[in-house]
Parts: sequence; C-alpha cells; structure tokens
Amino acid sequence: MTSTAITADTEPVFHLEEEHAHAEGGSTMLGFWLYLMSDCLIFAMLFAAYGVLGGNYAAGPAPKDLFDLDLVAVNTAMLLFSSITYGFAMLTMDKGRVAATQAWLAVTMLFGLAFLSIELYEFAHMIHEGATPQRSAFLSSFFTLVGTHGLHVTFGIVWMVTLMIQVARYGLIEANRRRLMCLSMFWHFLDVVWIGVFTFVYLMGMLR
Amino acid sequence: MSAHDHAEGHGHAHGGAAHGSLRGYLIGFILSVILTAIPFWLVMSGVIDDKQATAIVIMAFAVVQIVVHMVFFLHMNTASEGGWSMLALIFTLILVVIVLTGSLWVMYHLNANMMPGLHDMREMP
Repeated sequence: MTSTAITADTEPVFHLEEEHAHAEGGSTMLGFWLYLMSDCLIFAMLFAAYGVLGGNYAAGPAPKDLFDLDLVAVNTAMLLFSSITYGFAMLTMDKGRVAATQAWLAVTMLFGLAFLSIELYEFAHMIHEGATPQRSAFLSSFFTLVGTHGLHVTFGIVWMVTLMIQVARYGLIEANRRRLMCLSMFWHFLDVVWIGVFTFVYLMGMLR
Repeated sequence: MSAHDHAEGHGHAHGGAAHGSLRGYLIGFILSVILTAIPFWLVMSGVIDDKQATAIVIMAFAVVQIVVHMVFFLHMNTASEGGWSMLALIFTLILVVIVLTGSLWVMYHLNANMMPGLHDMREMP
C-alpha cells in the first residue's frame, strides 16, 4: 500500500495473510438483528404519530365506540400461542426432527393466520361502521400503526411457507436452520411490537 | 468478535447463538400469559378507579413483558454476538425514547398553546 511497506526488508503486516475462517452466514444473526432494530425504529415513529394524533377524533368515533377488548384479547392469545409454538419448532429443529419441525411451523402459521383473520374482521367491521382511515387523524394513525404490524405478520407467514417448502425439499440443512432462526427472531419481535400495540392503542384507548 | 466466539463458531456454524430450552420457552410463555391477562383484566373490570393510575400500571406490565420476551424468546443477553446485539438494542432504545418522549412532549405543548380561546386576540400585535 505505502512505499515503505514495499521497500522495507521486513514488511510491516497490514493484514493477516491467512484470513481466519468465517463460517458461512456467521454474521447473519447480527445483521438480521440490526434489521430488526431498524424495524423497531419504524414502529417507534408510528407509535409516536399515534401518540400525537390518537386523541384527534374530528367529532368521529373514539376508541371506546370502536374497540372490542374481548376480540383483542383473543387476538393477543393467538399471537402468544404462535410465539410458543415457534419456540417448539426451534427446539425440534435443534434435535433434527424434520417432520416435527414442519408440524410446529404449520401450527404457528395457523395461529398467525387466525391472528390476521381476526384483525381483518375487526378492520372490516370498523370500516363498515364508517370508521375508515380517512375519517379522523386518530383513525389514520390507528390503521397505519396496526396495519403495518399486520403487514409484517403477513410477510412473516409468506416467509414461513417458503421455509416449510425449503425444509421439505432440502431438509434441515445448515442454511435452512439459519433461515429458520432469522424467522424466529422476526416472529418473536412482532410479538414484542404487539405488546406495545395492545397496551398503548387498545387498553389505553379504552381508558381515554 | 472475540476468539471465543470463533472457537464456538467452528462447532456450530451459527456462532454459538443461544437457542433456549423447553423450560425457558415455557417460563417465558407462562409469564407472558400472566403479564397479558392482568392488564386486560384491570382495564375490562375497571378495578382501579383512577384511569391515570391504571394507565401507569398497564404500561409497567408492558415494559416487564417486553423484557420477558427479549430474554426468554429472543434470547437476548450481553454475551450474544460478542455484545454487539445488546449494544445495538441499547442504541435503538435510546432513539425510541427520544422519538416518543420528544414527539409527545412537543406536540402536547403545541396543542395546549394553540387551543382556541386560550389567548385573547386583542392582545395580539
């Protein structure tokens, strides 16, 4: 690089000649964690927007008129069950049991689909009552925040189906294990975001 | 990344990331169920008369449950990935706190000061 490095008898070592072995995908987990943190910032912005605009009803419906806490409780249970079943999928993956892993992934996916269905039913019900995103700033920020979370769950399910096909075709190879661990982080992260949603949006909305 | 991580990384290609155990997942799940059920019960039954007190209590439950999820489901600890994931998490949390408190604080005062009828228009220049 520098002239001294070339001319000197004992060349100073600027880099290790023998690159120590990096296992393939060795940095994937950290990289994916950094992606999740940036995703966390997206949700922080949406939470901030909801926190600022959540009280602006524009003489329209308020949280008390719209939210059904029983439904939200069922929804929360669905996501929590899907979290533990994904955990079981990871445990069976560690033991290398392909069929059991696939079964737990399928159960997780069904809970995820149940969550989405309930959320879509809730949205459809609200829109049917005239509580559309255009109705008030409260509803705009509500649909953006909860809808973004729902979109994440949707993509998580798409990812899960993809990985189930991958595992069915190639088995629990190293790459598939790594992918399943990334999805595990993604899925549990979505559950963490949902804790914020049901606390700040639904429960505190009912207290307003 | 420390040499220790690489030593482990040769055995498992996933760099010694914690996987958790059945016991860990079950403890996390049971704690989560309890920490979810109590706030729902508090709001649905209205046991605490003071709404602000209820809000503070359910927020505290949410914070505890987020920590439970981080530890038992996401297997966060100071050692994973040589401490970098914890560092990224702390950095993110600082940003989240700045964004949330900053937005709420500024916009609350903006709303309060822009309230119609608060200022007498005759005093305006």
